[in-house]
Amino acid sequence: MHLSPDEIIFWQYGFFKLNATIVYTWGLMGVLVAGSILVTRKLSMGLQRTRWQNLLEIVVGGIAKQIEEVGLRQPRHYLGFIGTLFLFVASAALFTIVPGYEPPTGSLSTTAALAICVFVAVPLFGISENGPAEYFREYLQPTFIMLPFNIISELSRTLALAVRLFGNMMSGTMILAILLTITPYIFPIALSVLGLLTGMVQAYIFSILATVYIAAAAHAREPKIEPDTTIKHEPR
Amino acid sequence: MLIDWFTVVAQVVNFLILVWLLKRFLYKPILDAIDAREKRIAKELADAAAKMSDAEKMHDEFQRKNAEFEQQREALLSKATEEAQTERQRLLDEARQTADTLLTKRQQAMRNDAQNLHQELGRVTQREVFAIARKALADLTDASLEQRMVEAFMHRLREMDEQSNADMAHALQTATEPALVRSAFDLTELQRAVIQKALSETFSADISIRFEAAPNLISGIELIANGQKLAWSVADYLASLESAVNDLLKVKN
Repeated sequence: MHLSPDEIIFWQYGFFKLNATIVYTWGLMGVLVAGSILVTRKLSMGLQRTRWQNLLEIVVGGIAKQIEEVGLRQPRHYLGFIGTLFLFVASAALFTIVPGYEPPTGSLSTTAALAICVFVAVPLFGISENGPAEYFREYLQPTFIMLPFNIISELSRTLALAVRLFGNMMSGTMILAILLTITPYIFPIALSVLGLLTGMVQAYIFSILATVYIAAAAHAREPKIEPDTTIKHEPR
Repeated sequence: MLIDWFTVVAQVVNFLILVWLLKRFLYKPILDAIDAREKRIAKELADAAAKMSDAEKMHDEFQRKNAEFEQQREALLSKATEEAQTERQRLLDEARQTADTLLTKRQQAMRNDAQNLHQELGRVTQREVFAIARKALADLTDASLEQRMVEAFMHRLREMDEQSNADMAHALQTATEPALVRSAFDLTELQRAVIQKALSETFSADISIRFEAAPNLISGIELIANGQKLAWSVADYLASLESAVNDLLKVKN
């Protein structure tokens, strides 16, 4: 019983190692990119289009719309980062229906890596939007006394992001593995379905929270009010 | 330890690579396609709107033309109707006039025919009557009748009024040729002498006379001298009768 796919190591040379997390991540990347290339290789600009193109248009358009709804006025600027977050986490959860697959998001290393990416991306987007002075002044609001609390808030929400996703994904596979040993027939299937749903919700929550953080940083001058839609999903 | 730092770094790199790859192969082409389609749809909508407005314009134009055409047609029709009415009226009038003229002409012709017939009838009757009268008188004419005629002539000569007498006297005196005494028959010597004597007595002058027989007088005698005429004859009576009958016929017609 592995707690994390990190523990499945295929090859190691000193510090370098090739564990299941990395390999499955590559696999996911391969599938995503290959699928994208296959579909976008012969894109139709007209009114008639293939089902796959339609699917991708809905997915990409939906993500862009979500980003816009959160309050970022130029969703295409953030689509690459946030869209990839969502697609990666969602596909990682989706492939749990494949036997023998371990979602890379079930590894705290992966979720920490994603959270670190968000942690770095938020100030980058904020600075690119408002300039460094304006961005860093936010940490002194309402008074300079709040500076440590603001920094702690920044760090803790990154940690929360990583742990939340890890816990949910890991628990899904863990519960499934445990149930397979106890009640091997119908119940794991129901749980697997539930796991798929949970994975999708987690993907949504992870990416929407990243969007909210970025939006908050990008709109530093405006009051920091997170949209209601995101608050509903936050505790998990 | 749940976090393997090498894996974390590798996953960050993996994630960044995935971001780049998906940007390159997924978001950009898909968004481009959506943009192109939206642009095309917008263009098509604009085209459709333009076409619609064109069509509306054409429709309006067509309606306007149609109305105009209808109006013109109406006007032409009413004009044609009016003209036809006028023409009909004119033709009717003409026909009526022609008919009237024809009727008048025919009536005139009939009246003329009737008149001609009437006149012809009158003339024929008149001629017949006169012919009979002439014949009867001619048949009756003999010496004794002639004697009576001479006497009648003489009587008329004597009974002439003053004016006629003066005129005749003047005519007899100024005449270069001898006065002419015409009678329906040849006068006897005695009768001629009597007439000579009577003339001489009446006009108190010696008058040269030439006697001449003129059967068309039917029965009678007349004196003609330098345009003046003194006569008694049945032909005169008949002529006056004829003129009276003609007058009567003319009045009747």
